[in-house]
Amino acid sequence: MTVREPAGRQSSQQVVLEVNDLKTTFNTRDGQVHAVNNVSFSLSTGELLGVVGESGSGKSVTMMSLLKLLPSPPAEVVADSILYEGRDVLSMGDEELRELRGGGIGFIFQDPMTSLNPVFTVGYQLTEAIRQHLPISKKEARARAAELLAKVGIAQPVERLRDFPHQFSGGMRQRVMIAMSLACEPKVLIADEPTTALDVTIQAQILELVRDLRRDQGMGIIWITHDLGVVAGIADRVIVMYGGQIVEHAPVKELFNNPQHPYTKALLATMPSIDASRSERLYSIEGQPPSLSGAPTRCSFAPRCEYAFDRCLEENPPIVSMDNNHQAACWLRHPQYTAQGSQHPPEEISLRETF
Amino acid sequence: MFNYTIRRLLFAIPTLFVISFLIFAILDLAPNDPTGNLPLTIPPEVRENIRISLGLGEPFPIRYLKWCQQFFINEPLNLIEQWFDISIGDSENRLRVQSWATRSPVVDLIVERLPQTLWVLGLSYVIGILIAIPIGVISAYKQYSIFDQIGTFISMVGFSVPTFFTGLVCIVFFSSTLGWFPSIYDTTHEVTDLASFWFQVKQMIMPVMVLALFNASQLSRFMRASMLDNLSQDYVRTARAKGLKERSVLLIHVLRNSLIPVVTVIALGLPQIFAGAIITEQIFRVNGLGQLLIIGIQGADIPLVQTLTFIFAVLIVLFNLIADILYGMLDPRIRYE
Repeated sequence: MTVREPAGRQSSQQVVLEVNDLKTTFNTRDGQVHAVNNVSFSLSTGELLGVVGESGSGKSVTMMSLLKLLPSPPAEVVADSILYEGRDVLSMGDEELRELRGGGIGFIFQDPMTSLNPVFTVGYQLTEAIRQHLPISKKEARARAAELLAKVGIAQPVERLRDFPHQFSGGMRQRVMIAMSLACEPKVLIADEPTTALDVTIQAQILELVRDLRRDQGMGIIWITHDLGVVAGIADRVIVMYGGQIVEHAPVKELFNNPQHPYTKALLATMPSIDASRSERLYSIEGQPPSLSGAPTRCSFAPRCEYAFDRCLEENPPIVSMDNNHQAACWLRHPQYTAQGSQHPPEEISLRETF
Repeated sequence: MFNYTIRRLLFAIPTLFVISFLIFAILDLAPNDPTGNLPLTIPPEVRENIRISLGLGEPFPIRYLKWCQQFFINEPLNLIEQWFDISIGDSENRLRVQSWATRSPVVDLIVERLPQTLWVLGLSYVIGILIAIPIGVISAYKQYSIFDQIGTFISMVGFSVPTFFTGLVCIVFFSSTLGWFPSIYDTTHEVTDLASFWFQVKQMIMPVMVLALFNASQLSRFMRASMLDNLSQDYVRTARAKGLKERSVLLIHVLRNSLIPVVTVIALGLPQIFAGAIITEQIFRVNGLGQLLIIGIQGADIPLVQTLTFIFAVLIVLFNLIADILYGMLDPRIRYE
């Protein structure tokens, strides 16, 4: 097998999606929930951006905020800007936003069993998506739908257009979802844990499929998952989210070889190793995921962090850039503590051995 | 689907026979008979003769079988003769199910009363549905909005306050105080011109609206609950992510799913139309089937009560089947074989 060249390095790449300082809050009866805090990232054509983090870390909410797919109220999305090809999504009118949904940005949801409407045929749901964005006749749309089903590897596509979702297996339904999100050849594909509900063999097929699509159509893909193995296999860059914030952001190799944030480090340690002896127990991160009721006033990982010191509990660390396109939000990596090129914080800070 | 329907229809036959027997037996156990309302001065022998002349002298099984023969054989034959203007066999002497009180065939009485009931009750049902579905949809879509709060409140009131109360309030207010509408429904009124049509509308408004309010309250709650169930489903998010218009998301994707249980409820409620809202017909003096049944019960007119009750039972069994079939047609996940 040849080593895949990360596509993000080519000069023809251009940024299609740029998110600056995104905040999403839910105004619930029990008070505000700050689900996404100050998230910024960008995506280029042909690039695959992996987003990892535990349940409730704000991965899905971030992506749904981009397309304003969250019901509002209770959700409230604010950002400096969310730019799709230079146009601000937040200031888009309904018409333009609908054009973007499905047309510019395709979305694959987590659970294929419930994401398709049970009472309409797959053909109807596909042609509906196609005709929403392309001015073509019903017949042409149906032909295109069959073509899409064939592309995602569904046998007898023309016949299967007449079938209802319940006549498909889970993996096949996810393929239908993928076909639907690709219907209008979007420039960006957001895949929200697309393989979580599927078994491993199907997962491998879908990963292969996405890899092909990306190569053939050069779309930028955001792949949300909590499976680090998948990320290692397909991503160019990785965002690690915790408590609604980006805690680390780096090219994939750099992240796996040189994790900078204690959470990433712990996350990597939780991965079972094929070489590990049997008796060894799997590593787990102690403690609970953070409560999101309020804007972060301290490092949200601090209560679970082995390396936390007083500053971590006083102030939320800003995200800082380091070498090799690496960014992390940790006081240990902040220039104040890493001055003079030193990778270690000054002596006066009571600190256990860093990693 | 076809086989399933046939099988269900065949299963309905023994069910209906059991029902007809139970109704007959229960009515037979009732202590009253047509002589009960006669003056006490009539001697017992005369009463006995009256009973015998009505066919009450014969033992219970014979009477039941005779009713079966009259209802299941003679009446259909009679209907066929009327429709095709032919005579089959000895049509003059064929016994029909006869009302003891009026001495006229029960089926004729029903046919006479049916139009009033169908008009008033049917219209109220249709109006109820037309009001309920949009209210349910909007209430669910704008949950906890002012519209929803008001709608939910009104439907709760409409559902909990019995129709005989709202009916009387309407009569007191609109007939007695304001004098807008007549309080008694004139069954003999014929629509010949615009003025008489207007009169017909005026006399129908109150009974129709009272019943429509009740039906709409019930249905809009169903509709709202069903919409809310579906609005939070993942496929709604998918539809939005495809870039569909909000109206298409709501009125195609969500509504189509939400209507499945509601259509079933509507179909199951249809027999009520034929059965007549007994109390409402009584209050507004609508000369419909409900009132016919009340008169029959009061006069111990057993053949009338038996036949009417049995027809209602047939309709309920039939609409249950229709509801099941509709369910199968609306929900592709359900397949009957």
